[in-house]
Amino acid sequence: MTNKIRVATTSLAGCFGCHMSFLDIDERMLQLAEAVEFDRSPITDIEHCTNCDIGLIEGGVCNSENVHVLREFRKNCKTLVAVGACAINGGLPAMRNFIPLEECLSEAYLDGIGVENPQIPSDPELPLLLDKVRPIHEIVKIDYFLPGCPPSADVFWKFLTDLLEGREPSLPYELVHYD
Amino acid sequence: MSKTFTLDGKPIPFEDGQTIMDAATAAGVYIPHLCHHPEFTPHGSCKLCNVNVNGRTCSACTFPATEGQNVLSETTEINQDRQKITQMLFVEGNHFCPSCEKSGNCQLQGVAYHLNMLDNHFPHFYAERKMDASHSDVMIDHNRCIFCTLCVRASQQADGKDVFAISGRGINKHLIVNSESGQLKDSDIDPSDRAAHICPTGAILIKRTGYTIPIGQRIYDHKQIDQVSLETEHESHD
Repeated sequence: MTNKIRVATTSLAGCFGCHMSFLDIDERMLQLAEAVEFDRSPITDIEHCTNCDIGLIEGGVCNSENVHVLREFRKNCKTLVAVGACAINGGLPAMRNFIPLEECLSEAYLDGIGVENPQIPSDPELPLLLDKVRPIHEIVKIDYFLPGCPPSADVFWKFLTDLLEGREPSLPYELVHYD
Repeated sequence: MSKTFTLDGKPIPFEDGQTIMDAATAAGVYIPHLCHHPEFTPHGSCKLCNVNVNGRTCSACTFPATEGQNVLSETTEINQDRQKITQMLFVEGNHFCPSCEKSGNCQLQGVAYHLNMLDNHFPHFYAERKMDASHSDVMIDHNRCIFCTLCVRASQQADGKDVFAISGRGINKHLIVNSESGQLKDSDIDPSDRAAHICPTGAILIKRTGYTIPIGQRIYDHKQIDQVSLETEHESHD
């Protein structure tokens, strides 16, 4: 066992843009790696998280799998963080909330231009879609929020260094953006 | 000697007839607001300018300043109320900033940034709202309307027209357009009207101008709304 802070990350109904922005901390990642060990994350390919200190959640909740993953994170992470516009208010994927789900599926898989072999995917391994995309704070308790589409690398850095150094995380005005 | 009241412990001079907001702005003190604009009759509806006057909560934009009042504005409690009100505005409409061309120039966003609002707290309504893109130069995106009535007042008081009104109550409240079809293209609106430019959010927009200034270089990207507000509204109050 190391004394490193354990961090898990995931992207639910997101575009991985927040993860890309996190990687934009560039060489500071080496500094971070001295204090942090990554658990479940696209960076490590670990499939399930266990006893983590910090969980970073990108994206909102659009299907049943998202709900399970989010609950797994809540169960295993002491501090759970909503990262980016989609986790906070559903974001771009939530713009389907104004169109009935059946119409969305028909347009994408049956009636859309250029669709071949029209059929709505129904493999039992596919997670079922929710009728609406929801922000993650509506499913589990969230401890911190990092707004932005995506939050800039400096937001990740400021937030994580605050936590690692035992300060209450706070973002100065220049780092708070919703776009 | 002019008359004064106390705002957060500071004496603020005022003249008879001025509201607390008028006097505070003239003295260079910002009180958060969205539905207030110094050029138009105060409306007192957004409740962001709530202040505590001698122990009671009042809207600073409508409440007259009087001698010796003890007014509190920048307290933790009042700013927490303001943040909750702003969060309610965000979940009531559909404010997806990354897809809005007003982002960075939006006063709703500016106030939220100023109050360090990092989340929306409440469950989202995802209310179904329409767009009116019928007019060749001006468009309405009802998703972003916060019912401040500034367009209603600007149309009446600055343009001498009557293009907009608010109809319905509670959750059914919505902005309507004065034309037989109900569409903007059949109304008296002109793209040079004050009413077409007064919207604090991205609900009323001039077409084909949205990205002349890139995201990241806009008003509230680097400057807080208190500073911007005092710079632009100070003169109107004097």
